[in-house]
Amino acid sequence: MTERTVQKVTLAKGLNLGLRKAMEADDKVLLMGEDVGKLGGVFRITDGLQKDFGEDRVIDSPLAESGIVGTAVGLAMRGYRPVVEIQFDGFVYPAYDQIVCQVAKIHFRSQGRVKMPMVIRIPFGGGIGAVEHHSESPEAQFAHTPGLKVVACSNPVDGYWMIQQAIAHDDPVIFLEPKRQYHADKADLDEAATPGPLFASRVVRQGSDATVLAYGPTVKTCLRAAEAAAGEGRSLEVIDLRTLSPLDMAPVLDSVRRTGRAVVVHEAHANLGMGAELAARITEECFYSLEAPVLRVGGFDTPYPASRLEEEWLPDIDRVLDAVDRSLGF
Amino acid sequence: MSDPAATQPGGSAGFGPDLAEVFGPARLQPSDEDGGPDLVQLLTPEGERVRHPAFDIEFSEAELRGFYRDMVLVRRLDIEATALQRHGELGIWAQLLGQEAAQIGAGRALRPHDFVFPTYREHGVAWCRGLDPLKLLGLFRGVDHGNWDPAEYGFGLYTIVIGAQTLHATGYAMGMQRDGVVGTGDPDRDAAVLAHFGDGASSQGDVNESFIFAASYNAPVVFFCQNNQWAISEPIERQSRIPLYQRALGFGFPGVRVDGNDVLATYAVTRAALQRARDGQGPTFVEAYTYRMGAHTTTDDPTRYRLSADVEHWKLKDPIARLEVYLKRNGLAEEAFFSDLAAEADELGHTLREGCKAMPDPQPLDIFDRVYADTPEELAAQRDGFAAYLASFEGAH
Repeated sequence: MTERTVQKVTLAKGLNLGLRKAMEADDKVLLMGEDVGKLGGVFRITDGLQKDFGEDRVIDSPLAESGIVGTAVGLAMRGYRPVVEIQFDGFVYPAYDQIVCQVAKIHFRSQGRVKMPMVIRIPFGGGIGAVEHHSESPEAQFAHTPGLKVVACSNPVDGYWMIQQAIAHDDPVIFLEPKRQYHADKADLDEAATPGPLFASRVVRQGSDATVLAYGPTVKTCLRAAEAAAGEGRSLEVIDLRTLSPLDMAPVLDSVRRTGRAVVVHEAHANLGMGAELAARITEECFYSLEAPVLRVGGFDTPYPASRLEEEWLPDIDRVLDAVDRSLGF
Repeated sequence: MSDPAATQPGGSAGFGPDLAEVFGPARLQPSDEDGGPDLVQLLTPEGERVRHPAFDIEFSEAELRGFYRDMVLVRRLDIEATALQRHGELGIWAQLLGQEAAQIGAGRALRPHDFVFPTYREHGVAWCRGLDPLKLLGLFRGVDHGNWDPAEYGFGLYTIVIGAQTLHATGYAMGMQRDGVVGTGDPDRDAAVLAHFGDGASSQGDVNESFIFAASYNAPVVFFCQNNQWAISEPIERQSRIPLYQRALGFGFPGVRVDGNDVLATYAVTRAALQRARDGQGPTFVEAYTYRMGAHTTTDDPTRYRLSADVEHWKLKDPIARLEVYLKRNGLAEEAFFSDLAAEADELGHTLREGCKAMPDPQPLDIFDRVYADTPEELAAQRDGFAAYLASFEGAH
């Protein structure tokens, strides 16, 4: 008799189940952060885990981000695998020094003698009507830092698998979770399935007229845009990048060589964002296949606005389609 | 316009005669010449053995000679490294001159299972952990960022960012708690962490956060602050208005000020604090009150910001001289001990000079393979591209 393993889960639940699985698999895995214990985190991603794994493994920390990441460094040196929750994207900056100067560099500094198997979970992106500092997209700052790996999940099934893979990985991983999606959609999760590799991009919709590159919260936006474009007879290929550092360029280049056009969509400011790096690499690698310059759709180069304006500020279906139109117009 | 005070609850009647009296004094001094009344001392600058009600212990003659030998050799290491920098063999050197007692006292209080998180000046503690002193020079020569295995020596890599390592120390101590090596009562099992930092670092957020975390989790860590009075050019008064050891109370654990130029007292206090941590009684702050006799590093010029009279004053408190006086006056060491030690120091100097110059330069391609445990393909490709680029010069002039 086959045990039924498929269940419908949200991203929040997928992550929660993935964390539980990782903690069951390895008793060196610890969760740390503000309010991750009894409360289960402000987004409930760690719901019920302290009850089942105890206060020594699900650690409610003092309210100090540098302290959380810095003590996690020491725990990792002692052989633990800390999974740190930064409560909101905009609160990661007090820990920036520890992340960039210590977490990212200790393996290098020690010539590989000291590993830093740490996951830093950051709920990122906007669209939840929050106050300042709760809706940001700092991924480029970490992708710019050698020594870190940066991934972003976009859906419940990836959330479940990617968090486990990140925890099992021996390098530090900045794990970005699109907070707007936490409790939005449900997907079928088959825990008996075999996941693909962590550091791999994935074509999530096939198409032939233009390639749209997205990650995290903009994957859903771009899939919707592709759906709308299809209604107008335009065939968009959508790639969920999933990994931002390292980049997995092979599927991207393969796609752009076929379509001749690329549009990168992220919530982060376009200036010096992931789109700039992707545009440079695409141009370097398939210059003669391009029919149009690589275009970027991103947040404007302003601080994130008050939430009444966030729908105007964030890339939406129309701005994606507008960029596709411009690309096709060349 | 109405008087804003008049509309406040309590009216405009004022606060009484003297708010300074209500709140108490605003400023205290962080230091005084002698270290103040709470300074723990077992050996005076004049070499007099004095008693302390809490921290006194008896030392054997061999132990006393051992401390002396350590300090003499570590001073020689420091002098040689400084000279190597002057000869262009090191890019920079962070001198420990004057802090030998603080470091040897702390270092000898450690047990094998303990773990140390150093700054970049802990050459004396490294010595006590059995680290080949040549390994300390690599970082300052620019051939590596620290070429020893922290796990092998129980001694972390030098950390350049001020105070960052105190959080690592606290986290490591939290790991010890989870490993069940704290408070078991088994001396072969129980362990603690020694976290080094200086008076300048005491202003850093990370140091203060490490105090909070350590207190909150009752972590087995000893915060060992060498207050050498100077953070490059800034005096302790710029960092603190109260004696540093008194800060500990505000975080909820004890603080002790020890004469950091007295190796016996530093050893006794650190040993007790480490045992307290191993026993599961939580963190302790030890302020080793000392003085940076040299420059911050070999690039610094202290004549621009401090008085030579102050340096002369601290010379009278020299950590090695006072123990030498004590050993000689009490007949605890033969003349041969001193002459043998001088020869040993010369040999160490020779080894350091020759070893430093013989240190091989690192290979450019190695840097690519050390960034990650699992090197991404794109970085491997960058390495291969650079290798091909380098190879393209072979045979060219």
